[in-house]
Amino acid sequence: MNLSTLKSDKKNLNSFIAFGSALVFIGFVDIILSSFFSTNITAFLPDKISYLTPLLFGLFGLYLIRIEFSGNKLLDKVNTNFNSSNFNALLTLLVIFALIKYIPPLLNWFVFDANFAGNTKEDCTSGGACWVFIKVWLNRFVYGLYPDTEQWRINTAFLTLFLLVGASFFVPQRLKKYIIIFLLFVYPIIGLKLISGGDFGLKYVETGAWGGLSLTFIVSAFALILCFPIGTILALGRRSKLPAIRYTSIGFIELWRGVPLITVLFMSAVMFPMFLPDGTYVDKLIRVLIAITLFEAAYMAEVVRGGLQALPKGQYEAAKSLGMGYWRMHFLIILPQALKLVIPGIANTFLALVKDTPLIFVVGLLELAGMVNLAKTNPKWLGMAMEGYVFAGLVFWVICYVMSRYSQNLERKLKTER
Amino acid sequence: MNFRNFKLNLSNKNKDLIPQILTVLFLILVVIYFTINAQSNMGNRGISFGFGFLSQESSFDITFSLIDYDGSHTYARAFLVGLLNTILVSAIGIFFATILGVTIGIARLSQNYLVAKSAEWYVEIFRNIPLILQIFFWYFAALRALPLTVDSINFYDISFLNVKGWYVPKFVWTNFSIFFYSIIFAFISIYFLAKYAQKQRDKFGKQIPTLYISILLIIGLPFLTFLIGGVSLSFEIPELTQLSKTVYVYQGGVSIIPELISLALALSMYTATFIAENVRAGILGVSKGQKEAAASIGLTKGQILKLVVMPQALRIIIPPTTNQYLNLTKNSSLAAAIAYPDIVLVFAGTALMQTGRAIEIISITMLTYLSLSLSISVFMNWYNKKMAIKEK
Repeated sequence: MNLSTLKSDKKNLNSFIAFGSALVFIGFVDIILSSFFSTNITAFLPDKISYLTPLLFGLFGLYLIRIEFSGNKLLDKVNTNFNSSNFNALLTLLVIFALIKYIPPLLNWFVFDANFAGNTKEDCTSGGACWVFIKVWLNRFVYGLYPDTEQWRINTAFLTLFLLVGASFFVPQRLKKYIIIFLLFVYPIIGLKLISGGDFGLKYVETGAWGGLSLTFIVSAFALILCFPIGTILALGRRSKLPAIRYTSIGFIELWRGVPLITVLFMSAVMFPMFLPDGTYVDKLIRVLIAITLFEAAYMAEVVRGGLQALPKGQYEAAKSLGMGYWRMHFLIILPQALKLVIPGIANTFLALVKDTPLIFVVGLLELAGMVNLAKTNPKWLGMAMEGYVFAGLVFWVICYVMSRYSQNLERKLKTER
Repeated sequence: MNFRNFKLNLSNKNKDLIPQILTVLFLILVVIYFTINAQSNMGNRGISFGFGFLSQESSFDITFSLIDYDGSHTYARAFLVGLLNTILVSAIGIFFATILGVTIGIARLSQNYLVAKSAEWYVEIFRNIPLILQIFFWYFAALRALPLTVDSINFYDISFLNVKGWYVPKFVWTNFSIFFYSIIFAFISIYFLAKYAQKQRDKFGKQIPTLYISILLIIGLPFLTFLIGGVSLSFEIPELTQLSKTVYVYQGGVSIIPELISLALALSMYTATFIAENVRAGILGVSKGQKEAAASIGLTKGQILKLVVMPQALRIIIPPTTNQYLNLTKNSSLAAAIAYPDIVLVFAGTALMQTGRAIEIISITMLTYLSLSLSISVFMNWYNKKMAIKEK
């Protein structure tokens, strides 16, 4: 049989389309029947061939309808996007078949067979996901071991934060400056005091009890705020013409960038206390914050350095010709421009930071992932690992995806401005 | 000379000197402060600084080791076991991350809408979930769902997958060293062949089919050792044996522990997303004019890809990808979370717990990673210099 006689042409296009689509249709029917109704319409064939029949039907059908230009808009679109060659047709079919085969069971597990009602593990009977587990532990996943009666403090702290950030977008330019200064320098102290308590009639809550998603945010927000000035100074230091300062900065940056975060956290847990006078106790959370801040500052320094290098030399020369000194030149002319250039880079560093926070489990602090680990080992809730990690993964995914989208948008916007 | 005059007489040189001296002084003071504290702290605990403990007996066991190891060996050997395990999981991760990453990077540029979209979603999903969660997921959720030893998943009767790990046949070699040398010899001859072929091409315009000859060499030479070198290979297939009424184990073969599987899976799937983006950027970075110019001087499609697009794309792809390899190696330290005995768990975990020598052990661990990173970045700088376009 000569296949080229089967090549569709304009003359009898319609019959080719009819026959081809019928074959593709049969292929789909075959795969749907075999994966949902467990009936195999090609059971009379040997096992291995029967397994491949949907693919063969589909491939042959797609081959028949492949034509360079037919004039039919839909057909041309299908041919260029899904069916430009035999290999492409095969890929298309494989992707579609994989979706048909695997998406419905996943959906069943997630939604249709899942259990939502009830309060104990025994309520999960239908075989799907046991979201009861998440429902019961949700409070812990968000607040950690923070006492229930005091949780309004965390809520207030975060609500004020969101309101302030939101307000900074809407108030006039003149006030914006003050809000940002307040947010960066005053608010962290107020927020920390509100959550830790101890004064003003607030009950003291030790940092060991903090946890869950709120701890993720606390750690990443503080580390970001603190690592930013250190990173900027390191970046300036690395570009300094004074050798002692330059090599100190290079050494510092390369040291932290060369080691994994987990060893830095180990260091903060076991090695750092050895370096302090006997009897001084630094809170676990503070130690972790210092470790993460120094670690991220090194990465931030490289990001800021990228911005400094991207500025044209003329900016430096213009500032100097106005008689500005080093610090005035940098604070008034160079840094405002350089930092604007690297906003996407900063967003990416922050993204990496958020993704790194679960590591603080090595010193015994339990944020979201750590709380899931704790919950799944609870004797009443054994075997819930899948639900827990899927939930935590989803939460992190949403946070990171939104942030990465935002940073990509920012990148595009800033690019067109220049 | 009063103070004011002194200040006015500061020359430019002195102005530069003062901040530097202050920085150095500050550094020295910090180091001295830490040293004094560390000394008094260690004195209180009755330990003295030193690396002598490395030659002491470790007296702990490691669940997975590439070299001979048990509790009677030294701490130094335990360190080596951890280091080898780190290298092993990194190498496996790098291998699969590269294959997966390149495939997905190319798939993202496919004309096929479905393929491009699936690749895009793969990247979006796996890049935005913390690596540690992915490791937890594979280890605690996915691999724990595997069947028990008795009803393992059977791959053609030679390899078995169950909740205890993956049992694969073990290669039993005789005269392995001859085989090994033949491979090294093959690589050396390929190197010289490539040099020779380049010379021939530059001087006389002769094309030598280097690729085919290389493939022939790398397959043929080791094969020859089987025929005449006395090398032979047999397989030891794992077998299910019953220890007691309910306890079954696989004996023989090689068992790949679930910690290693989940770590390698998570590392390669996570890093692949970054490599895919690098590959995509690299291929997109080659301007269309290059391809059109190549086509207009009559190169075939394969030649365009091999001689024009890939050399330029690789120049963009390789530096950030090496960076990703480095990240993968550093990320392999998350092994400690699922108790895969890598250098962090074995050395900074168990050994530290036993000896209490925090400063020495953490420094050794960090220095190991640091030297690894620095050597790779030195290599990268050298490579970049070599590959940079030499403008005339």
